Amino acid sequence: MDKWEDNRAWYLVLPVFVVVAFSAIIPLMTVVNYSIQDIFGPGNAVFVGTEWFKEMLTDHRLHDALGRQFVFSGLVLLIEIPLGILIALAMPKKGWAASASLVTIAIPLLIPWNVIGTIWIIFTRPDIGLFGVGINSLDILTVPFDHTARPVYAWITLMAMEVWHWTPLVALLCYAGLRAIPEAYYQAARIDGASKWSVFLYIQLPKMRGVLTIAVLLRWMDSFLIYAEPFALTGGGPGNSTTFLSIYLVKLATGQFDLGPAAAFSLIYFLIVLLFSFIFYQALLNVGKGDSAS
Amino acid sequence: MKIRKRSWALIFYFVLLLVPIYWMLNMSLRSNADILSNFSLYPANLTFENYLKVFTDPTWYSGYINAMIYVSLNTVMSLAFALPAAYAFSRFKFLGDGQMFFWLLTNRMAPPAVFLLPYFQLYSTFNLIDTHIAVALAHCLFNVPLAVWILEGFMSGVPKEIDETAFIDGYSFPRFFFVLFLPLIRAGVGVTAFFCFMFSWVELLFARTLTVTEAKPIVATMTRTISATGLDWGLLAANGILTIVPGALVIWFVRNHLAKGFALGRV
Amino acid sequence: MARIEFDRIAHSYYPDPQQPSDYALKEIDTTWEDGGAYALLGPSGCGKTTLLNVISGLLKPSKGRVLYDGVDVTALPPEKRNIAQVFQFPVLYDTMTVFENLAFPLKNRGFNKTDTDRRVREVAEMLDLTDVLHKKAAGLSADAKQKISLGRGLVRSDVAAVLFDEPLTVIDPHLKWHLRRKLKEIHEQLKLTLIYVTHDQVEALTFADRVILMNNGEIYQIGTPQELFENPKHKFVGYFIGSPGMNFLPCTLEGQNARVDGATIALDPETAARGAEAGGVLELGIRPMHLQVYAEAVDGGIPVALKAVDDQGAFKILTAAFNGHTLRARIPEGHPVPENNAWLKFPPERTKLFADERLVK
Repeated sequence: MDKWEDNRAWYLVLPVFVVVAFSAIIPLMTVVNYSIQDIFGPGNAVFVGTEWFKEMLTDHRLHDALGRQFVFSGLVLLIEIPLGILIALAMPKKGWAASASLVTIAIPLLIPWNVIGTIWIIFTRPDIGLFGVGINSLDILTVPFDHTARPVYAWITLMAMEVWHWTPLVALLCYAGLRAIPEAYYQAARIDGASKWSVFLYIQLPKMRGVLTIAVLLRWMDSFLIYAEPFALTGGGPGNSTTFLSIYLVKLATGQFDLGPAAAFSLIYFLIVLLFSFIFYQALLNVGKGDSAS
Repeated sequence: MKIRKRSWALIFYFVLLLVPIYWMLNMSLRSNADILSNFSLYPANLTFENYLKVFTDPTWYSGYINAMIYVSLNTVMSLAFALPAAYAFSRFKFLGDGQMFFWLLTNRMAPPAVFLLPYFQLYSTFNLIDTHIAVALAHCLFNVPLAVWILEGFMSGVPKEIDETAFIDGYSFPRFFFVLFLPLIRAGVGVTAFFCFMFSWVELLFARTLTVTEAKPIVATMTRTISATGLDWGLLAANGILTIVPGALVIWFVRNHLAKGFALGRV
Repeated sequence: MARIEFDRIAHSYYPDPQQPSDYALKEIDTTWEDGGAYALLGPSGCGKTTLLNVISGLLKPSKGRVLYDGVDVTALPPEKRNIAQVFQFPVLYDTMTVFENLAFPLKNRGFNKTDTDRRVREVAEMLDLTDVLHKKAAGLSADAKQKISLGRGLVRSDVAAVLFDEPLTVIDPHLKWHLRRKLKEIHEQLKLTLIYVTHDQVEALTFADRVILMNNGEIYQIGTPQELFENPKHKFVGYFIGSPGMNFLPCTLEGQNARVDGATIALDPETAARGAEAGGVLELGIRPMHLQVYAEAVDGGIPVALKAVDDQGAFKILTAAFNGHTLRARIPEGHPVPENNAWLKFPPERTKLFADERLVK
């Protein structure tokens, strides 16, 4: 769109800028401050420069947690985005069925995250949970299912819980995006004799670019920062197999270490999320743009 | 009503979705002893004791009221701040617009724990600890950027020519915005309102840190279900079911906006 | 190119329509000749778009049949009818280039690469789009995009008719005339049947060979712009066409004259005779540009009080009151404007009589 050039638009943005900056800049300054000091007590601190950063960056357990985190977030995106799109495409457009569908998919999103983790513990227990009992009764596994028995079970349970919980977010965004496409596009496609697949590829998907960008970025950020649900479900185990970055960070912060290393870790954490968010953002913004060769 | 293949697939997905919910409902209607000792597909010894506890104990039901207050406050505030800003990003080119837009979202990229201590100190200074407005304001950190992002996306789907035509036809900006523009982006407003509500409703860290008793929300109260005898599973499940209700109502109210989408009326 | 007929078409959006007001389109029986340029004109909500969608097949009518060259196509969907439609706002495939957009309908019909290439370049040439063929369609201006929409319709050489649904709505005012002229050129070159929906009478009257005026789901008159202007068959036509529209005064007949609240206005003898035959509620109609304005009393004129003068450059619009009735007159630039009172004369050959809202001829 050809935008109007006018710096007075800042007045419209000012309230947002003030609210968010006020909430963000002070903590940021605090964190940076802590990350470069060794704090023994209130008022008793020593400047240590980048010592904490070096220590964090060479911590091999941090590397392991980071690796697990990338696998987790990668799986999240690979499963939830296409699944969310499919669900949105399948949902009814109007009538009572549409309302019922919307309410149904909203349900998992509304439950507090620690509750979700706790409920899934019971749900997957081999003695009293439907999922646990169900899988074991199929009798296809060599080791009976228990989400804490083996790492792969923990991962499966975690992924099931995660997909169950968050795919509706993607679906809701995509649904709203689809509803925002004017009927005229579908009419024109019919007149042009386009196939259903062409309609998806050339009309629906491009017009969902906005909502998909938000969905991808949101799921990327939230899954990379995830804490409550995996912690409630597995506590990071068995062993370290589901210790993701924020679980590791909290373990550190509540352990021997003090604010300094934790602050440095937080900054590194933030920068990784930022870097990849930026990459995703640029990629999604520019996909399908630019002129072709003549 | 013809039920096509894709509808069957959707129904199958909904069933899978609702199974854990059913299990939670099942748990909520049983006592802890029952839950932990028997595997049962339905509550054989049905009991409402868990729900009764929530409805009769003020420390429990006030949790719902407090949460509703600050979540509603936050949703209204987020929308109010975000709408003009989103319009600016969508229609105008100004100094630092691209950077500002991305910067907004970066506020969701830090581990929330980072903000806890500074926030506590900040709100203490203003004597706002244990107030609803404090939590509502704190939640603006992540809800306002999200609201701006979602709304901007939907606004950019409306051709600028519509604004121009309206101004030529003599509409004042407020009249154009509320009478013409908002209805065109109703799907976006609906989804934004729901997400602001949802993210604020489930947020635990800030809500717990910034409140003591007066404004303590249900999410915080629920973490107190750990007692000497272990986790109070039944009570937790009952609360799990109850927390769904307000959000379900919100999405019910915005359902028409979501389904309507973009309708190019004759200007 | 095709001749399109409507055989007793009526449409209601309700599943079980009871009375006439439930119908968006009341029974219509009409023909669009092959190669004609038609404008469907009417106020918002009159049913023009519904009618257009029945022609294209996007809407299946509740009753009646649609025929293309004598063949019943009522059950056929749009893609089988070979029509093209241009919408109110540009409808394009954003991720494709202009070339790919134009080629899309042909690709879907299985044309080979050479034929597609040739045809796309022909149409691009016609629409002055050759320079931008390799560009992404999304980045172009609104008028270029509408041309591409039009182009997608024209690439199919067997296209039966091109339908336009208020296509100039989002175009810059100073580019509208350019597109209108382009449409006329295309029409002359290709001799296609064009049906153009609009609520703007200037657009309709300049574009079309024949104008179809609609209101409330009914066709009030079909004719050349001239006919609609000079001989409106219905009060609504007189009122809608013209800016400002026709003046109406309730009257009674007295021999060869009309009497309006005591004033006498001479009528054409034939008109008066037919009016007497017709009976019913009588009204006098005259267009503002035909009213003669005098500063002093004149034989056969009626006295009016001047309420307002609107200077529109090339002419002025005078609003006058006569016994509670409002009349508007249009005088050319330079014509003297009376002070407070004036006399209006009604030339008999321009004064129309309407009985029960229908023209008396």
